[in-house]
Amino acid sequence: MTNMQGEDRLKALFQRCKAEQRAALVGYLTAGDPNIQLSEQLVLKLAEQVDILEIGMPFSDPMADGPVIQAASERALAAGTVMKDVFAIAKKVREAHPDIGIVLMGYANTPYTIGFEVFARQAVSAGVDGVLLVDIPPEEGYICDGIFKQYGLKRILLLSPTSTDERIQLAAEAGSGFLYYVSLNGITGAEMGDIQKVQQQVENIRKFTDLPVCVGFGIKTPAQAKAVAVFSDGVVVGSHFVMQITSNLEQIFLMADALESVAQPMRQAMGRGKV
Amino acid sequence: MDSIATMYDLKITHAPDAGGHFGMYGGRFAAETLMQPLKEIEEAFFEAWADPEFHAERMHLLKHYVGRATPLYHAKHLTAKVGGAQIYLKREDLNHTGAHKINNTIGQALLARRMGKKKVIAETGAGQHGVATATVAAMFNMQCDIYMGREDIRRQEPNVFRMKLLGANVVPVDSGTATLKDAVNEALRVWVATCEDTYYIFGTAAGPHPFPLMVRQFHTVIGQEARAQCLDQAGKLPDVAVACVGGGSNAMGLLHPFRDDNVRLVAVEAAGHGLESGEHAAALAKGRAGIIHGSLSYLLDDDEGQVQGTHSISAGLDYPGVGPELAAMMSSGRLELDSATDDDALEAFKTLTRSEGIIPALESSHALAAGIRLAASMQPDQVLLINLSGRGDKDLGTVMEKFSHLMSGEEGSAA
Repeated sequence: MTNMQGEDRLKALFQRCKAEQRAALVGYLTAGDPNIQLSEQLVLKLAEQVDILEIGMPFSDPMADGPVIQAASERALAAGTVMKDVFAIAKKVREAHPDIGIVLMGYANTPYTIGFEVFARQAVSAGVDGVLLVDIPPEEGYICDGIFKQYGLKRILLLSPTSTDERIQLAAEAGSGFLYYVSLNGITGAEMGDIQKVQQQVENIRKFTDLPVCVGFGIKTPAQAKAVAVFSDGVVVGSHFVMQITSNLEQIFLMADALESVAQPMRQAMGRGKV
Repeated sequence: MDSIATMYDLKITHAPDAGGHFGMYGGRFAAETLMQPLKEIEEAFFEAWADPEFHAERMHLLKHYVGRATPLYHAKHLTAKVGGAQIYLKREDLNHTGAHKINNTIGQALLARRMGKKKVIAETGAGQHGVATATVAAMFNMQCDIYMGREDIRRQEPNVFRMKLLGANVVPVDSGTATLKDAVNEALRVWVATCEDTYYIFGTAAGPHPFPLMVRQFHTVIGQEARAQCLDQAGKLPDVAVACVGGGSNAMGLLHPFRDDNVRLVAVEAAGHGLESGEHAAALAKGRAGIIHGSLSYLLDDDEGQVQGTHSISAGLDYPGVGPELAAMMSSGRLELDSATDDDALEAFKTLTRSEGIIPALESSHALAAGIRLAASMQPDQVLLINLSGRGDKDLGTVMEKFSHLMSGEEGSAA
C-alpha cells in the first residue's frame, strides 16, 4: 500500500507557497487537549489557518518539550486520549481539507509500542503525510525508515544550532518532506534566538539540500513570523498556539476564537490572505 | 600510577557497536540538539580512557578520597544464620558518601573538567547520585544543579540537606509522577538549552550512548576488586554474583567483570507490593522493549507506549526503565532475573543489621533478600557474592515508619 497522494501533497504545497511568494504556516496542537471532543474542534479551526498541521501525539514523558506542551500532553492523557483518537482527529482534518499537510509529531515509544507497521498503516488511512519523531535521529532511523518509505510517509527530521555540517548532510539524506530547523538550543516554548544567526544557519542548510526548510521554536508574534518567512519555506508555531488553550481553560468557549485571532495575523504577515 | 591501579584492567570488553548498541538495545534515541554534545562526550571519554594521566588521577582520587579498594567481607554470622553458601559482601557502602555512585561521578567530573565545562547537572532518585555529584562538584569547584522529583525529595530528606550543604542547588521536579523518571526528563530539557557550558553527569548505566558504556566502565572497579578479593579470600571465584537493579549502575559494575567466567549473574529488581500487584519497578521481569531517556531497552509502559508509574519502597529502584546492556544480557540468557518485594527488602535489612551490625541501603536490601534466598538453596562449599551498594542511613526515616515498634520498646517482625 502506498500513499502517492501524500507523496505529492507536501511537495505541491511548498510549490504553491513558492509561487505565491510566501512561506508556509505550520501550526501545532496536541491531540486530545484539553479533551478529545474539543480538541477535534480546535484542530479543525487551526486547520483553516495553516498550510501544514502538526498534530502532537500525547506522551507521558515529553523530554524535548517545555512546560506549555508538557501540560498539554498531561491534559490530553488525563482526558483519556489514545492513538485511535489521534488518528480520528487527523482523518477529520483530512476530510475537511484535502490539500493541507498533516504531520504527526511525538516520541519514538508511541509508534514503537504500537508497532511501526500498524502505526504507518493507520496514519496513511487517516490521511497523514509525514511523521516527526523527536527522539529518532537519522542514526536510529533503521527502526522506522523502511516502513515509512513503504507506506509513503515522509520522515521529517530536525536540525538544530548544534548540528554540524556532517549532521546536516545526514538529515538531508535521511529526511523527506521538509527539514525542521529548531532555531535555538532549547525546549519548545523557549525564547527565540538571534534572527540573523537563524538566517545564516538556514542558508547553510540549503547548501546541502533542496528540501524545504521550516523554522520553529519560539515564534510568537506576526512580526517574528514575517521575519522568519523571508528566508525560510515555512514558519512553525507551536507553544504559542497551545497557549491559547492553556490561557482559556476556565472559559473553554473562548479557545477557538483565541486560536483564530492569533493564527490569522500570522498568516497575513506572511503574505497570505486578504489584509 | 597508584598501586591499587594494578588491580584494575582497563581493557573495554563487551563493547557496544559504534552507535552504542548492545545487540538490538541501547543506541542514541535523543533529540537532534543533543546528538552533537553526546558525540563530544563520547570522543572525550575514549580519549580520556586511553590516557594514563586520566586514570592516574582517577585512581588517586578513588584511593585517597573515596577510600577504595572497598573491603570484601565474609559475612560469617549471616552465612551461619542462612545455612547455605558462604555469603560475601562487597562493601560499597563504605565508600565516601555512602554508596557506589561516587565511582562514576569522580570519572565523569574529571571528564567534564577535561572538556572545559564549568557547570554540572544531574538527576537523582534516592539522592545518592545527587550527593555523589554535589560532592565532586564541591571538590572540583563546579557549579551544580540537581534535579529531583518532589516525591523523592519528601522521602529522602537527609540527602536533600546533604546536597544543599555541599553547595548544590536542588531543583524540585513536579511534572509527571514527580519521581526519578521525571527528574531525568527535566535534566535532559535543561541540558538541551545549556549543553555549551554544562556537563550532564548521568547517574546510571542507562540513557543515550555513551552513558551506558561510560557508567559501566567507571563502576567496573567494583567487580574487578571483588573478583581479586574473592580469589584471595575464598580461593575461588564466586558461584553466584548478585546485585540490585534500578537503572543498573551497581549491577553492571559488579557483574561485568564476571561475564566471561563461569559465574551465575543475578539481577534483583524491586517487586514493590508484588510482581502481580501492578505496583512494582521490575522493568526486566514485567516490562517490554521500549524507548525512553535516549535508549532502546526494557520499559514498563502500557499498550499505547505511555510510561507507567512504578512503586518501590526504595527510591533508587523506583524507575520504569533499565539500562540497555542488562536488557541485552537478559535476552541472551547471560543474566538471571530475581526480585524482592518491599517486605522482603525490609526483612533483609533487619537480618543484616542484627546479624552483622551493618545497616544496608534499602536498594541493597533487595539484593540481600534475593541473595539470602539463593544462598539457602546452595551448599556450604559454594560462594555467593552480594553487592552491598550503599548504606542505610538515608533510609532511616522510611524504615522508622515500618519498625515503629522498635521505638516503643517492643519486638516484632518486618512484615
